[in-house]
Amino acid sequence: MLILTAFIIAALVVVAQIAGQRRAATLAGDEPQSLHSRPIYHGLKSALWTGLVGFSILIVASVVSRQLIDTQLRASLPTDVQGYADIKKDRLISDAKAVGDGDIVSAPLDEGYKTARDALAQDYLGLKTLREWGISIGTVLASLAALFLTYRGIHRESRARNSSERIIRGGLFVSAGIAILTTIGILFSLLGETIKFFSNVPFYKFLFGTHWSPLSGVFEGVVDENTVGAIPLFAGTFMITGIAMLVAVPIGLMAAVYLSDYASPRVRAWAKPLLEILAGIPTVVYGFFAAITVAPLIRGSGEALGLSVASESALAAGFVMGIMIIPFISSLSDDVINAVPQSLRDGSYGLGATKSETITKVVLPAALPGIVSAVLLGISRAVGETMIVVMAAGQGANLTWNPLEAVTTVTVQIVALITGDTEADTAAGPAFALGFTLLCITLILNMFALRIVQKYRMRYE
Amino acid sequence: MNVVTEQEQIANTMIQAKQQSAETQYKIVSKNVDVFYGNKQALSGVTFNAHANEVTSLIGPSGCGKSTFLRCVNRMNDTIPICRVEGEIWIDGQDIHAPELDVVELRARVGMVFQKPNPFPKSIYENIAYGPRIHGLTKDKSELDELVTVCLKRAGLWGEVKDRLEEPGTGLSGGQQQRLCIARAIATQPDVILMDEPCSALDPIATARIEELMHELRENYTIMIVTHSMAQAQRVSQRTAFFHLGELVEYGETEQVFRNPTDERTESYISGRIG
Amino acid sequence: MDQTSHQSAKPGAPSVHRTSAAQGRLKKRYRIEAWFKACGMLAVGLACAALIWLLSSVVGKAVGGMTETYITLPVTFDKAEIDPKGSGDPKVIRGGNFSGLIKTSLRGAFPFIKKRRDKLALYKLTSNGAELELRHRAMNDPSIIGTTQTIRLLASDDVDLYVKGYEGELRTLAHSGTATPVGMSGNVKVRVDANAFQAALEKAKEELRRKADALRQQAQREERAIGVFEGRIKALPDDANPDLRSQYESRITAYKSRRDTLMRNAQEFEKRANTDGGRELLSPSLPSYFVFINGGVIKVETVSPNMIEGQALVPLSSEVPAGATDWQLKVNPTSESGRRIGDKQATWIEVLRANGKVETNFNWRFFTASDSREAETAGIWSSAAGSFWTMLITFFLSFPIGVAAAIYLEQFAPKNRITDFIEVNINNLAAVPSIVFGLLGLAVIIEFIGNDIFGEQLRSTALAGGIVLALMSLPTIIIASRAAIKAVPPSIKEAALGVGASNEQAVFHHVLPLAMPGILTGTIIAMAQALGETAPLLMIGMVAFITEVPTSPLDNASVLPVQIFRWSDFPERAFEMRTAAAILVLLVFLVIMNTIAVLLRKRFERRW
Ligand SMILES: Nc1ncnc2c1ncn2[C@@H]1O[C@H](COP(=O)(O)OP(=O)(O)O)[C@@H](O)[C@H]1O
Ligand SMILES: [Mg+2]
Repeated sequence: MLILTAFIIAALVVVAQIAGQRRAATLAGDEPQSLHSRPIYHGLKSALWTGLVGFSILIVASVVSRQLIDTQLRASLPTDVQGYADIKKDRLISDAKAVGDGDIVSAPLDEGYKTARDALAQDYLGLKTLREWGISIGTVLASLAALFLTYRGIHRESRARNSSERIIRGGLFVSAGIAILTTIGILFSLLGETIKFFSNVPFYKFLFGTHWSPLSGVFEGVVDENTVGAIPLFAGTFMITGIAMLVAVPIGLMAAVYLSDYASPRVRAWAKPLLEILAGIPTVVYGFFAAITVAPLIRGSGEALGLSVASESALAAGFVMGIMIIPFISSLSDDVINAVPQSLRDGSYGLGATKSETITKVVLPAALPGIVSAVLLGISRAVGETMIVVMAAGQGANLTWNPLEAVTTVTVQIVALITGDTEADTAAGPAFALGFTLLCITLILNMFALRIVQKYRMRYE
Repeated sequence: MNVVTEQEQIANTMIQAKQQSAETQYKIVSKNVDVFYGNKQALSGVTFNAHANEVTSLIGPSGCGKSTFLRCVNRMNDTIPICRVEGEIWIDGQDIHAPELDVVELRARVGMVFQKPNPFPKSIYENIAYGPRIHGLTKDKSELDELVTVCLKRAGLWGEVKDRLEEPGTGLSGGQQQRLCIARAIATQPDVILMDEPCSALDPIATARIEELMHELRENYTIMIVTHSMAQAQRVSQRTAFFHLGELVEYGETEQVFRNPTDERTESYISGRIG
Repeated sequence: MDQTSHQSAKPGAPSVHRTSAAQGRLKKRYRIEAWFKACGMLAVGLACAALIWLLSSVVGKAVGGMTETYITLPVTFDKAEIDPKGSGDPKVIRGGNFSGLIKTSLRGAFPFIKKRRDKLALYKLTSNGAELELRHRAMNDPSIIGTTQTIRLLASDDVDLYVKGYEGELRTLAHSGTATPVGMSGNVKVRVDANAFQAALEKAKEELRRKADALRQQAQREERAIGVFEGRIKALPDDANPDLRSQYESRITAYKSRRDTLMRNAQEFEKRANTDGGRELLSPSLPSYFVFINGGVIKVETVSPNMIEGQALVPLSSEVPAGATDWQLKVNPTSESGRRIGDKQATWIEVLRANGKVETNFNWRFFTASDSREAETAGIWSSAAGSFWTMLITFFLSFPIGVAAAIYLEQFAPKNRITDFIEVNINNLAAVPSIVFGLLGLAVIIEFIGNDIFGEQLRSTALAGGIVLALMSLPTIIIASRAAIKAVPPSIKEAALGVGASNEQAVFHHVLPLAMPGILTGTIIAMAQALGETAPLLMIGMVAFITEVPTSPLDNASVLPVQIFRWSDFPERAFEMRTAAAILVLLVFLVIMNTIAVLLRKRFERRW
């Protein structure tokens, strides 16, 4: 129904464009110059207004009316269920809606619940019909009105181009604002659950606790504050990230040095695309590679040496993650190494320094801030990386220094909590708290990296 | 209510227009124009009047504000966020800063040719047809074709490009590109053409062609040209304005400015002592 | 500064750089130089090696998934089983007992299989997919009901693996002598007038030695325990509880007797292993030996140099002695316990194969079928369609919004705090981990906007996935578009403004078209990233098992990478191969997209 309405509005937009254009052309007659704006702009203005009015009312009304229905349903709960706990009320309402929508519903709790639910479903159906018809008719009428008014407003002197350009500029601004909206959305969605979580759990127990098994101590939908210590996750994340950086930084950095200062153009021409391919491989593929190829290999060779290696060892996940980050480090370092002015290199060569001396004593120190920032960004990538660890690292929290054991990470636990079978409301708390922590870590790393790069730029320009 | 204010406004504009016409039949009138880039003042108190169907050249050492003044006339300076223009400029008795004036319309009336030829990376035809198209100057394709032909002929380019109108304008030589830009400027049927050092990137032969062109165009247009070549100023212009450090130092008939300048700064400049 | 070096630099004296010490230093410096360069080469080489390793590991695993195995058998479309009343109504036919048809046909091919357990094993040779195909066929063409057709039945994944040789390949061993079978079915002995089975016997003896070793090791552990307790007894004080002492002693006796048994057994095994001849058992952890003779197949269970004994998996036709060329000894080097296909099933497959009834074809089904719990019928079509819808939504949201935002920031935005803030924001958004976008999607799209913004369920739909991926791609597209717009020289825009174009016209008519190749390149790269993205989609519930091909963005959908993730969790080897094959498909798409991006960049690269 509402989708149909959207299509009707779209059709009206087309009509407005054509009608407006026609009318302006007719007005102009044989003297196109007598119009302030060309006919196409008269059409555009009409079309933009029609669409703007129609779609914005449609979207706002859809969202708002849904909330209204919820409020209304809650208010009209039968008296005999007024005593239900909030969770149960929520479930009753969502079940009633599901019945109304004809979706699959879980079995009712008891007879009273069922009658209440079915009665509520009736209410809901009524409201739903009202909502859909109301919104549809309302928006279409409003669009028609906009079409009509703009059509009537077409005359030779009207500055249709200026007005439509103003709308377009507004649209551009709104588009740029979506970035901000996304950030706000992320912050709010994470903060909402996180704050709720920390109202039950003191934050130091979360940040410094060493026992993580959040769903084992759940009581009436509230987690036990003693089982949500995230230190093992931080430690696991840290270890895997560390292994990844041990692989990625030397290889990535040396590759960048070689490609920018040693390699012939021919070598560069094929080596760079190869690195780009490495960068373009989806992480789920790396995860598969880690789980199916690398982990068994590491396990096998460890056993040959008489070491006991977990099949989901931190080493395997970290190693593959390192491979994933190599191109990241190398391309960022390549940029900063290339940005070191040739004059510095020339100065060093002029004193009779060899290439490697020039690089290690002049180029790399000059590029150091950029390289540090590349490494920070790499760390931030590794910390937030999900699929490799979900597929190749462990599930159980394990506080250890041994990279041959299985450890778990922040991202793995988020995925496990959200995709697990637990009641969504219970799992959301720790998951969103972890997500928020993750966001903070990556943002701080990113800010640092950007800050360093900015300072560095200033020195050379 | 509304009607009254509207009438009042019209009345006001008419009065102003009358006052303006009292200042004779000048095409472009500038009164006390100050221009600031941020805190830096680039022009101060520039006042002068350009006559219709004449070529006015603006001369002066680099950085004295010639281009800045030129860009005030078609409000190109609006596109520089930090730039602030004060004072008044009138064209044909109309204040170009009047709120009801549409800057786009102004720029259609006041064409501009830039220092570096900047044809659109499109076909020669499209380069010229673009202006008429966006302003809706022609009814149909044949009219547009004709307009393109006329403009190319006016700009003296027709013979060279008539067989390759669909080729990109960027493929022409520098001089040809600049003439294409002139053709593009006159295609919107302006009254005024502003040229900012149009020949500085060209060789002498191409320069000569453009100067010739200016002579021809003068019959129909008012032209204002910035040039670094004193010789060129003397060859093409009827009047000359000498700018120095953001001030209009001297303005008068070209002959007079070059023969016996009243200001000593002018004299030093034309004799090559400053600049 | 070193005083002496200054002195030696006076005119006439040899340069400090020509002394032998300097020459030595120089040599060392060049060694470091060479070493450094080698390190760089090594780094590039390692990165490339990692890529090649990854790709070859995926391709190597995917090869098996690219073909599928069929068993060709005559199938009688029994009217009584499918459509007893002869209605020809597809609805009736749909309910027909097609698995019964296949079972009958399989039994027909192996009439000697009588035991219930064997029959069940036999039925496992074909896949459920075969049944679906028969049903399809009968529904499309009811006229075949009542006839017998030769039909290629899809083999089960285990059979498929065996046929492709992942479960060991049957090898024929050289032998000599005339073999005489005793018995035709059930337990059969084969006697040969030469030592034909020496090799098999050796295998059995090796096993014995291994066992003996293991026993000895166990015995050693017992020995150590004895030592421990003896030590404890010694350490006991004289006035210690006598009970404790006797308890310890009894423990020691028990350990000792166990040790002795172990040692005896070990010795016996070794003796058996070290004496020639004899008769030994071939355990299931050893390679499987088969004797093919007189049309039958015997699985070797006990072996001596010139005789074997075992079950006839396929009955023999006679007990006539067979000459050296008329019987064969075959071995599957993979032991039965290491295989998913038992010796019986393997033998049946070999029989079918010998009759030309087994064929392996290119696996088109993999590309046209939907997801399935059975590896042999699982395909990627549903998830590819899901990816398509998701990408469609992502593109149509992120491209216009991203380009519009870039245009605004580059061409219209005033230089002020808000603009700066937006810029910083976009840079930071680009660094936010994808999983956080998934949480955003979970919280906002599903909880806040709700399930029914347009009266439709949003969770697990391509629409929800598309929105989340669009938000994620936005920063990339904005950053790339801004760079592309910035690269268009301002003189072009000035020219347009100069002929009286409005700011908007100048941008949309001139700047944007010129920036478009760069914008598209950035967008394609962002789309490629989104196409491979998994984590955020897991968050919004796109992990469901979807067998229906989504036909609109509002249908529940899965996407290729998520399917890869889910399949990679299945333990079956057949799924591993298909996972790799699905990865290959995904990589092909990504390579195509990136190639287009590179070509676009090359083709329209413009130096102003
Ligand atoms: N976009 C700008 N931003 C800041 N200052 C400018 C800008 N354009 C010109 N200026 C300054 O204004 C003064 C006049 O410049 P201009 O009019 O270009 O001189 P010219 O006479 O050489 O054409 C110069 O000092 C120049 O530095
Ligand atoms: Mg200038």
